[in-house]
Amino acid sequence: MPDVIMPRFGSNSGQPTTRRDGIAKVTGTATFAADNQPDRMLHAVYAPATIARGRVTALDTEAALAHPGVVAVYTPWNRPPLAGDPDAKPFMFAFRFEALQSDEVRYSNQPVAFVVAESLEAATEGARLLKPQYEAQPARVGLDGNEPFKPKGDAPFGLPRDFEHGDVAAGHAAADQALDATYETAENYHNAMESHCLVAEWKDGKLELDIPTQAVVLTRGAYAYYFGIAPGDITIRSPYLGGGFGSKAIANGPQILAIMAARELGRPVKLMFRRDQMFGPTGHRGATRQRIRIGIDGDARMTVLDHESLATTSSFDDFIEPAAYASQGLYNAGALRSAFEAVRVDTGTPGPVRAPGEASGSAALESAMDEMAEKAGIDPLDFRLRNYAETEPGTGKPYSSKALRECYAEGAKRFGWEGRPLEPRRMQDADGKLVGWGMGTALFGAPMFAAEARATLLPDGTGLIETAAADMGQGAWTALAQIGAYALGLPLDRVEFRSGHSDLPDGGVAGGSGHTATAGGALHAAGGDAVAKLAGIASADPDSPLFGTGNTGVVARDGWLVAEEDDSRRDSFADIIARNGGAAVVGTGKAARPPEDAARHAMYSHGAVFAEVKVDPELFQVRVTRMVGAFAAGRIINPRLAESQLMGGMIWGISFALHEEALFDKRTGRIVNGDFAGYHIPVNADVTGLEVLTVHEDDPYVNPIGVKGVGEIGISGSVGAIANAIWHATGTRVRRFPIRIEDLLAGA
Amino acid sequence: MNLFDYIRPASLDEALSAWEPGAAWLGGGTNLVDLMKTGAMAPGKVIDVTRLPGLDGIESLPDGSTRIGALVRNSTLAHDPDFAADFPMVAEAILSGASGQLRNAATVGGNLVQRTRCAYFQDPWSPCNRRDPGTGCAAIGGETHNHAVIGWSDRCIATNPSDFAVPLAALDAVVEVAGPSGQREIAMAAFHHLPGDTPETETALAPGELIVAIRLPAGARAFRANSRYLKVRERTSFAFALASCAASLRIEDGTIAEARFALGAVAAKPWRVAEAEAMLTAQPPGAALFSQAAERALQDAAPSGENAWKIDLARRTATRALALAAAGTPARMPALPASTFGEPAHA
Repeated sequence: MPDVIMPRFGSNSGQPTTRRDGIAKVTGTATFAADNQPDRMLHAVYAPATIARGRVTALDTEAALAHPGVVAVYTPWNRPPLAGDPDAKPFMFAFRFEALQSDEVRYSNQPVAFVVAESLEAATEGARLLKPQYEAQPARVGLDGNEPFKPKGDAPFGLPRDFEHGDVAAGHAAADQALDATYETAENYHNAMESHCLVAEWKDGKLELDIPTQAVVLTRGAYAYYFGIAPGDITIRSPYLGGGFGSKAIANGPQILAIMAARELGRPVKLMFRRDQMFGPTGHRGATRQRIRIGIDGDARMTVLDHESLATTSSFDDFIEPAAYASQGLYNAGALRSAFEAVRVDTGTPGPVRAPGEASGSAALESAMDEMAEKAGIDPLDFRLRNYAETEPGTGKPYSSKALRECYAEGAKRFGWEGRPLEPRRMQDADGKLVGWGMGTALFGAPMFAAEARATLLPDGTGLIETAAADMGQGAWTALAQIGAYALGLPLDRVEFRSGHSDLPDGGVAGGSGHTATAGGALHAAGGDAVAKLAGIASADPDSPLFGTGNTGVVARDGWLVAEEDDSRRDSFADIIARNGGAAVVGTGKAARPPEDAARHAMYSHGAVFAEVKVDPELFQVRVTRMVGAFAAGRIINPRLAESQLMGGMIWGISFALHEEALFDKRTGRIVNGDFAGYHIPVNADVTGLEVLTVHEDDPYVNPIGVKGVGEIGISGSVGAIANAIWHATGTRVRRFPIRIEDLLAGA
Repeated sequence: MNLFDYIRPASLDEALSAWEPGAAWLGGGTNLVDLMKTGAMAPGKVIDVTRLPGLDGIESLPDGSTRIGALVRNSTLAHDPDFAADFPMVAEAILSGASGQLRNAATVGGNLVQRTRCAYFQDPWSPCNRRDPGTGCAAIGGETHNHAVIGWSDRCIATNPSDFAVPLAALDAVVEVAGPSGQREIAMAAFHHLPGDTPETETALAPGELIVAIRLPAGARAFRANSRYLKVRERTSFAFALASCAASLRIEDGTIAEARFALGAVAAKPWRVAEAEAMLTAQPPGAALFSQAAERALQDAAPSGENAWKIDLARRTATRALALAAAGTPARMPALPASTFGEPAHA
C-alpha cells in the first residue's frame, strides 16, 4: 500500500455526519427490498405448522385452490424438485431448513405448504383454508426437554469447543472463597422491524432477487446451490435493511420456496413474513443454563473461572449459543474453563443473534462477578480491577489495544459510582422507590473478514466508490462513504457511494461487528490505490506542478494532490485527468487480516456499563432509570452513528434483562406469545437517561484503519449491570432472564 | 382473512336491521381486525358503525349524569378537560392503555366489548370454549401468565383486558344498548359475564345489540377528589395489566364516607366486592385498613395455573391504589398515567 494514505483520519472521517439516507428514510422515499413491485407480481404466503413435532397427513388444497385469486399451492406431495438438498450443509452459513422436502414437522411455524396468489389477502386466506391435519408426537421443549449431549466442535460455526487453561482443579482447591451459581436465559427470537422478505424474478434462466441480506455477494452461492445455476447468473439487490442482527445472511425455507414458485409460474413472486412467522424458521437465540464457579484468594484475585453452558438447539441441526466463551479473554483468572453442552428440542435451529454467546454469557458472567464481589465484601468495580488482564488470559497474547481501565474510570465518574453502598437496599428516592446501582464489563471480539472495493476518480474531479456492503439501518453506508471519501482525498458530498448490489465488488459479510473494519478497509485500500495511480500520472506529467514528485511524495486533499514537502505545489484531480487523456482513474483494494497479525495479538472491543434501577418496594415493577456505557472500540469513524449503535445495544440489554422471552406451551411446543403484544421489547418509556461515552483508543495492529466494531458490544455488560442493580435495590438475586415481577415477589 | 361483506350504514336503524348471525360491528377496529388477521374471528359481514350520527358526543344530562356516546374515541374522552376533572380515574385508566395511536382509533363502546388477550383464544388452532364452544380450554394446564385468579371456571380462565371498564365498574356506570327489540340499559356490574359453563357468552348483549352510550351517574362525580387508577405491568407503557385497581374514596372530615374499588386483569370482568368496600366505610384511611379490604376483595381467589403470584400482586396493587386515592387525585394527570413511576425519570 502506498503511504500516501496515512491511517490518520481528519477531514470527513471522524465527523458525526448524519445518515446520508436519513431524509429518504424519514420521508418514506427510501425503497426497501419488498417495495419493489415488478409487473405481474404474485404474492406468496406460507402455511405454518401448528404442531411442533410429527407429520402432516392432509392438506385441503382443493379449498385453497378454489379461493378466488389463488394461483398455486405447493405441498410436500407436489413440490417441484430443487437442485440442492435443504437438508445438506454444503457451505458455511448453511443450515438445514424446510422447503417441503418431506411431510415431517420439526417445529411449530415451519412451512407445511406454500400458497401463491394474485393478492396478499388471497394467498393468506388460501393458506388458512388448507387446514392441515397432523399425526402429532409429544413436543420436546425447554432445557430439560431432552438428554444433553456434548457438541462435536468440529465445524466453524455454531459448534463451540471446550477450552481449558491452567489447572482448573487446582484453581478450585486454592480458593479461599468460592461461588457456585447457575443462571438461565430465555429463547429470544429475531424480530427485525423489517421481517424477512424478497421479490424473486427469473429472466431467461437468470435469477433476480430483491432481498435484504447481510452478505450481498456471498449469499448468491446459497441460491445458486439450491437452484443449480451459477452464482454469476444471480443478481441480488439489497437496498436498505430494516435490521438484520444476524438473521439475514442465512437462507430459509420460505424464501427458497418463493424463488422456486417464481420459476415454476414464470412470474415475479413476493414473500414477506408476518410477524407471527418470525417465531419459527428465521433463527433465534437458544435458551441457556449456565453454571459459573469462581474461586478467589485472600486478595480477591481469581484462582479459577469455570463456566459451563447448556444451550438448546434443534432436533435436526446445530447452532449452540456459545455462552461460556464470554469467560475467555476478559479476567485474569489463574485457571479458566469453558465447557459446552446442548439439548435438542423441537424448535427451529437457533442462529446468530446480535452478540451470539456474548449476550447470554456476559449476562451470567457479570452476575456471577457481582455475586463473588458481594461475598468478598468488596466493590464490584474494584473486584474487576483486581482481576484486570494485562494480556489475554489463557494465551498470554498482548492485546492490540485495551483501554478498558479508562472505560471503567470514565464510566464510573460519569455515572457517579463512587460512594455506592456495598450492601443492598440502602438507597431510596423521594418517592420511596428502591434504588440500586450495578455494573458489568463489556467485551466483544474485533474480527475482520474479506472484502474488495473499487474507487474511481472521475474526470470532473469527483469520486465514485463501490463495494457491495450492507446497511442494516445503523448507517454503515454513511460511515463507509466517509472512509472512502477520505481515502480519495475528497469531501463526502463529492463522492458517490454505490453499494448493496451483487454486481459490485464483494463487500463481505455484515456480521461479527466487523463490517466497518472489513468493507471500510477495502475502500480505504481502493482509494489509496486510485490516488497513487493519479499521483503516478501527475509525477510523470511535465505540465504538472507535481512533475517528478513520485507517487509517494504527495497527499490527496479536498480534490487536490499536494506535495507533502511544499504546499504550493498542487494539482487538481480534474486537471491531472484532463491533461492526461481524460480517462477516469480506477483503484482497487482488498481487506483481510493477515493470519500472522491475528496470531500476534488478541483483539477485542471493551467497555464498562453502569446501570441504575428503581424498583417499587411492594409492587416490584422495575424501571432502568439511568445507564452509562463507556466503550473503547478503536477508531470511531462517525461518533454519532457509533454512539447510536452502542445505545441500541444497551437497549437490547434492557430487553434481554427485563423483557424478551418466547413462552412455550410445554404440552404442544408452540410459542404462545408470538407477536409484539405478547413478546415484549422495551418501549420509549423504558429507556431513559441512556448515555454513551467512547473512550479514545489508537490501535496500530487491529487493521490499517484502526477500526474495531460497535455493533454488538453494547449488549454485553448491560444485562449483568441491570441484574446487579436490581439485586442492589432489592436484595433479591434473580438468576433467570428476563427478570420478572413474580421473581422479585418471590424474593420479597 | 376470509372474504366478507362490508357495509357502512348511515343510521342506527339501518345498522340494526343489517345485523345477522355471524356479523360483527366494526368500531375503531383495533381488536376485531387483529382477530380477523389471526383467523380467530371470521365474520361473514362487517358492519362499520363509525359513521352513525349522534353517537360521538360527551354530554351532561339534566339529572347530573354524564353520557358518553359509544363512538367517542378513547383519547377524546380522556383528554376532555371537564370529563377528566369529574372522573379522573376513568381518564387515567384510558391513558394507561395501549398507545396513543390505538387510543386515537379505538371507540369507548368497542373498548367494553374487546376480547380477552388469552393467547389460546387468539390462536384459531387451539381449543377454546370461549371462541368455539365445547372444544375445551387450552389455557388450563398451559401458559397462564395473564390468566384469571378469581371467578374462573373449568371451562375458561381468561381475563378481561380493558382498563377503561375497571373504573366504570367501580363508579356504577350504565351501558345503553340498542337492538332489534329496542333500547335498554345494562348496569356495568351485569355487563361482563363470568365464564361459568358458558364462556362464549361474554357480555349481557343480546345478538344484534349495539352499545350506543355509556352513562356515569351523577353520584360518581362525588369521588373526584380521591380517585386513582393503578396498573402494574411488565414494562413502563404499552402493556396489558398484570393487576390493576381503580380506587375512589369520598372522605369527609378525615373519615371514609364511601369507598369504591374494582380490580382489573384478575377475572373475566372488573372485580368488585361490596363487603370489601363496606369495610372501608366510616373508617379513617390507613395502610392496614386498605390491606384488609384488598384481602377481602380477593378472598375467593385461587390460581388457575402457575399464577398464584398474581393473587399476591393484586392484593398489593389494590392496597396501594387505595392509598393513592386517599392521598388525593393529582392536580395534573401524571406523565405516566396509572404507573407506579408517576413521573418519567429523565436524567
